Amino acid sequence: MEVAGAKLKIGRPRSLLAARTHYCAGCGHGVVHRIIAEIIDEWGLRGQTIGMAPVGCAVLMYQYLDIDMCESPHGRTPEVAAGIKRARPDKLVFSYQGDGDLAAIGMGEIIHVANRGEPISVIFINNAIYGMTGGQMAPTTVPGQKTTTTPQGRSVTGEGFPIRVCELLATLEKPVYLERTVLGAPKEITRTKNAIKKSFRVQRELKAFSLVEILSPCPTYWRVSPDKSVKYIETWMEKIFPPGVIKDTTK
Amino acid sequence: MARQGKQEILEGATAVAHAVARCRPEVVAAYPITPQTHISEELSTIVADGELDAEFVKVESEFGAASVVLGASAAGVRAYTATSSQGLMLMAEVLWNMAGMRLPVVLACANRSVSAPLSIWCDHQDAESIRDCGVIQIYAEDAQEACDQHVIAFKVAEDRRVLLPVMVNLDGFLLTHVFEPVELPDQAITDKFLGKYEAAFKLDIDNPMSFGCFTEPDKCMEGRWMIHDAALRSLGVIEEVSANFLKAFGRNAGGHLEEYKSKDADTILIAKGSICGTIKDVIDQARDKGRKVGLVRIKTFRPFPRAALLAALRGAKQIAVIEKGGSFGAGGVVTPEVKEVLYDAGLHIPVSGFCVQIGGREVPADGIAEIIERVSKGEKQTAYEWFRLKKELLPDLVPND
Repeated sequence: MEVAGAKLKIGRPRSLLAARTHYCAGCGHGVVHRIIAEIIDEWGLRGQTIGMAPVGCAVLMYQYLDIDMCESPHGRTPEVAAGIKRARPDKLVFSYQGDGDLAAIGMGEIIHVANRGEPISVIFINNAIYGMTGGQMAPTTVPGQKTTTTPQGRSVTGEGFPIRVCELLATLEKPVYLERTVLGAPKEITRTKNAIKKSFRVQRELKAFSLVEILSPCPTYWRVSPDKSVKYIETWMEKIFPPGVIKDTTK
Repeated sequence: MARQGKQEILEGATAVAHAVARCRPEVVAAYPITPQTHISEELSTIVADGELDAEFVKVESEFGAASVVLGASAAGVRAYTATSSQGLMLMAEVLWNMAGMRLPVVLACANRSVSAPLSIWCDHQDAESIRDCGVIQIYAEDAQEACDQHVIAFKVAEDRRVLLPVMVNLDGFLLTHVFEPVELPDQAITDKFLGKYEAAFKLDIDNPMSFGCFTEPDKCMEGRWMIHDAALRSLGVIEEVSANFLKAFGRNAGGHLEEYKSKDADTILIAKGSICGTIKDVIDQARDKGRKVGLVRIKTFRPFPRAALLAALRGAKQIAVIEKGGSFGAGGVVTPEVKEVLYDAGLHIPVSGFCVQIGGREVPADGIAEIIERVSKGEKQTAYEWFRLKKELLPDLVPND
């Protein structure tokens, strides 16, 4: 809508398609999609970037980003990305995954891709639940959190503790940059953008593996309102998954 | 004959979960996948509510789920899992192991298309692509049958003459997500019917035993033949268990085939799964017009009920096999098996194969009517036709003949 006398200060990035969103209100995926599109535009890499879509809520990610994207079997996303990168080392290759994809079914793949130091960027959306299939327990679900498969709350006795992916990968030699950020206040979103930028830079300049874990809201399956979901991350998730740089050997 | 028990309006997947719970598995492991998820979700609730004394393991993948139930079964308890599509693909390696170790695991497959292109909707390519691994495959037409077939599945799998995994197939969404009147298997009758589970072979320190051992070429073939032999033997066991199920529960859920108005039919259709409901309606309409048409519904697909099929088809003048899958570069999956049965009996009845549904595209009643019309008129036998393929969607590089 045009308003007389008004000047457009910020618009839709060229790399973000004008698609109607399928994400729920308050979901973090759309924000991260936009961040990726902004970086691709800022660096003029639209024809040079190849993305990997996950299996999960972001399965239709290729409907939002105007770049080449490829699907993979559930959880094998980083291995497919590694194959693309080995075949086309000149391209910027990123793998975009949720916690079901990366920390459950694809745990083997992410560890070995990181351990080989494949020069790809991994964007890991951690919302502590399986969203796509309707709110079941994920490996990242916090103790006590109610899900459809843990109706009385996650019990650490039978279901274990949440897996901290960044800390796990930090025990490996090859990953050079691992940071955990939050989709919360605008400054946190800026921090997230800077982290993804840094990850892309690590790939292009150092030819090394990096991963950005983003604590992201899922109001629908946390059964809270979108505005309260930010508080939910602070109260519940950040204690288990402390934000910050977990590993950085770029300097 | 039919026992009039209490019917409830239940979602197919929910009903299946409650039927499974009444079979009292001691270990359940599953990973969410559309359209199976509601089965395992409901089972986790049943366990959390204390209604079923079982371990419910929230594993990291279908590979993990199948492996957990393999281990539980080897340790001597009744075990259950459920999956669909890609999940079944991921389980495939474990399913071969289960069959080879002769473990009576029961699983459900909510039939769904296999990637790529990605589709969450129904066809039978997931189950058919693990056709050869030694897992018994039965197919339900409606939610009631899916429930009852689970009880039959445990009984058949655990029979000492069989000892093979059994997979109950129910069409994704069409059966898993539809609400239907269902009479759940009565708990007391189910307990009596299945009996307390006693494993034929299990890991037991007092009677040491190993599973799935390495074999040299001098023994492996015999081990595999025993799977084949057990699968063939299960044909008789399925008949026997189905007859006993009918006596105990008053419902006819098992058996190898359902013969619907096919005894005097000139044209016989063959299909499996929920599409048979539509086919029966179309057959009723055709019968009203004096057409001698019938359906032979395949309930047991593995082992393939050759003798029963031959007896059911012997009088047909022409046959149409209606499939929800296919073997790329070859043709149908069920169609050639039907032809083999007839050929081996020296019968030259024309058999046309039709792939009517891939990735959830529905074939409406008029499509079935068209197939009946074409086949009844004696149209030349087709090897395998991709029915109503949208040629306008095909790129130019595909010859548009």
